[in-house]
Amino acid sequence: MDPLILSRIQFGANISFHILFPTITIALGWVLLFFKLRYNATNDSAWMRAYFTWVKVFALSFAMGVVSGVTMSFQFGTNWPGYMEKVGNIAGPLLAYEILTAFFLEAAFLGIMLFGFRRVSNRVHTLATVLVAGGTTLSAFWIIALNSWMQTPAGFEIRDGVAHAVDWWAIVFNPSMPYRLVHMLLASGLTVSFLIAGLSALRYLHGDRSESMWKALRTGVFTAAILIPVQIFAGDQHGLNTLEHQPQKVAAMEANWNTGPNVPLILFAIPDEAAKENKFELAVPDGASLILRHSASGVVPGLNDYPGNHPPVFPVFWGFRIMVGTGLLMLAVSWSAAFFLKRRHSLPKPLAMLMVPMALSGWLATLAGWYTTEIGRQPWLVTGVLKTADAVGPVAGSHVALTLAIYLILYALLLIAYLGVLVHLALKAAKDGDTSPLPGVMKAALSQPAAGE
Amino acid sequence: MTYDWPTLLPLIFAGLMGLAILIYVVLDGFDLGIGILFAAAEDAEQDTMIAAIGPFWDANETWLVLAVGLLLVAFPLAHGIILTALYIPVFVLLVGLILRGVAFDFRAKVPSGKKHRWNRIFFLGSLIASLAQGYMLGVYVLGLDVGPGGMAFGALVAFCLAAAYAAMGAAWVIYKTEGELQKKAVRWLRTALVLTALGMAAVSLATPFASPRIFAKWFVWPEMLYLSPLPILSALLFLWLWRQTFHLPKPDDRHSLTPFLTLAAIFALGFAGLAWSFYPFVVPDKLTIWQAASAPESLAIILVGTVVVLPVIIFYSFYAYRVFGGKATDLTYD
Repeated sequence: MDPLILSRIQFGANISFHILFPTITIALGWVLLFFKLRYNATNDSAWMRAYFTWVKVFALSFAMGVVSGVTMSFQFGTNWPGYMEKVGNIAGPLLAYEILTAFFLEAAFLGIMLFGFRRVSNRVHTLATVLVAGGTTLSAFWIIALNSWMQTPAGFEIRDGVAHAVDWWAIVFNPSMPYRLVHMLLASGLTVSFLIAGLSALRYLHGDRSESMWKALRTGVFTAAILIPVQIFAGDQHGLNTLEHQPQKVAAMEANWNTGPNVPLILFAIPDEAAKENKFELAVPDGASLILRHSASGVVPGLNDYPGNHPPVFPVFWGFRIMVGTGLLMLAVSWSAAFFLKRRHSLPKPLAMLMVPMALSGWLATLAGWYTTEIGRQPWLVTGVLKTADAVGPVAGSHVALTLAIYLILYALLLIAYLGVLVHLALKAAKDGDTSPLPGVMKAALSQPAAGE
Repeated sequence: MTYDWPTLLPLIFAGLMGLAILIYVVLDGFDLGIGILFAAAEDAEQDTMIAAIGPFWDANETWLVLAVGLLLVAFPLAHGIILTALYIPVFVLLVGLILRGVAFDFRAKVPSGKKHRWNRIFFLGSLIASLAQGYMLGVYVLGLDVGPGGMAFGALVAFCLAAAYAAMGAAWVIYKTEGELQKKAVRWLRTALVLTALGMAAVSLATPFASPRIFAKWFVWPEMLYLSPLPILSALLFLWLWRQTFHLPKPDDRHSLTPFLTLAAIFALGFAGLAWSFYPFVVPDKLTIWQAASAPESLAIILVGTVVVLPVIIFYSFYAYRVFGGKATDLTYD
């Protein structure tokens, strides 16, 4: 068994599992802050109910993210020792700053955010929410900076075969970093808004008409409706940046085999890498040239310019299409839901039923986009610096296969349990509505006990 | 030894990493120990025990991330060698930590019929993670010996560390609870202490015989004299704490934190001994901390951040412990 292939599958599986949860916690922290600030401003307990419903989802997602993130930090060493040996001087400080500035902040204040409402003042509790939300976002900043550097390395030199930092500013704010960060933060916002809208729609379908359900539903739908056009614009800009710095990735995304003008936009095709052509192609003439070069005769890079040095075409091509397709579906659903909520103050049942599975649309789009960009970097681990094949460790293939199998089973079971709990929490909230008492909360709101009291 | 930056920086980072590991072992030690003690506790007691660690475990585990992170960023060569050699035990540790970490959250949110299942998973995850940590420590002490001898020694240390964690967990329960559960925890502590002492004695005897390098570091004059306070003081603290368990809990709950602090001191002493056994190697017999270190300019930039941020981290960690000070109460989100 080939340890390289198995290690790649294992890392892919682990990061796919891991990324699901930060994608939720990054934006959910800010949504919780929004609920909290609305409660502070209006003193309406429905906002606090929404907070307590969703803080449970936050806690669970955070725990899933932590345990899978710890796995990742060990895997650099167990499976990819060549990575840190070659670029450790650059990756190291970025990871260290993530742990020091973000990770501890989140972990320490999460306890206060989750369990501290009755123990600290309302103001400190709000501050803890700010710090946790800020911590998750800061964490994303450092990780995206490192990931972007691996895509478009800058600010370093190679001495004795090892990368050494020359300009930290150029390393952190490398050419693709701002685009990637914005794209990812918006993706997180969309994932969370669809999750909230979808689970609120589930409550709606179960007859829940409580004020806290409406508040969460409106928050989810309107946030999604606002963010999706912004994301489409940001994604386009990100694509143009990729065209500039990683043209071979764009060539694979478009399954464009030959460099030239008047390149069509392919809607459907089965790329055949052996024959270097597309089967069953359905395309808009000149479309890719128009989108990428804003001119029908614009020259678009093709895979023929990068023999043996371009990513596998099929997964990149389809990953990109699934992401864009999901995005368009998100646009249609969120705008129609926003229309009905705004104009009719109701939600048609078929639309609500569509919104329930759409609760996971953010995950689908994020994973598809992540595959596009990460597989699109191959065969490089760090573009132009380190090949993936040169970073793999000396571990026996059988060991990697064994651990991979157990990881996959574990992750599948955890994912089922996680989704089961989300549905359970939504149905429980639907059953309780706004009638269940919130004694501790409301008492605490009236008389704020000081810490240690 | 010259005291210039390229010499000092790896030394500083070895110290920081050691500190992070020690803090991790003490803090997550009691979380894991409480998980192990789940096997001996009733349903209602389990809820109280969870409440005693609920607000802290996340931050506690972060010290492991920092320790591995420092190994990764400061000693990238060693990181690769150690973790590839310990591939399977690292994997077992991770599975244990995953199960422990999620069970903690799931048990509070699933329908009540499924709570038992997650309680069992919490116990199993904690036990697996503790045993894996001890096993890795044992194998590492012997210079990453993964032959039968190394494995047997690893198994011995695994047992010892799990017992020590259980003792930490019991000591934390004594501090955070009252009444029947507190009395029960005193009995747990007594049993766990005996097991820990047996394990530690076995490890102390086995180590110098298993490793001539460590034998040579300890049993030479006059180092032997300077080092003698470590084992002697540890043994005295053990004995004293064991005798205390016959007088706990005291009226008005006096000294309820003392067992925990005593155990932390024993851990620190044992840790100092281990550190002396390794120094100056980060991979025993293979790589010194200077051979394995990152470039000085990279270490310097991490150090700047560490010096600024670490005091802040320690400050707000104390704050979090203060907010949730006192006896554990029902843990609710609202």
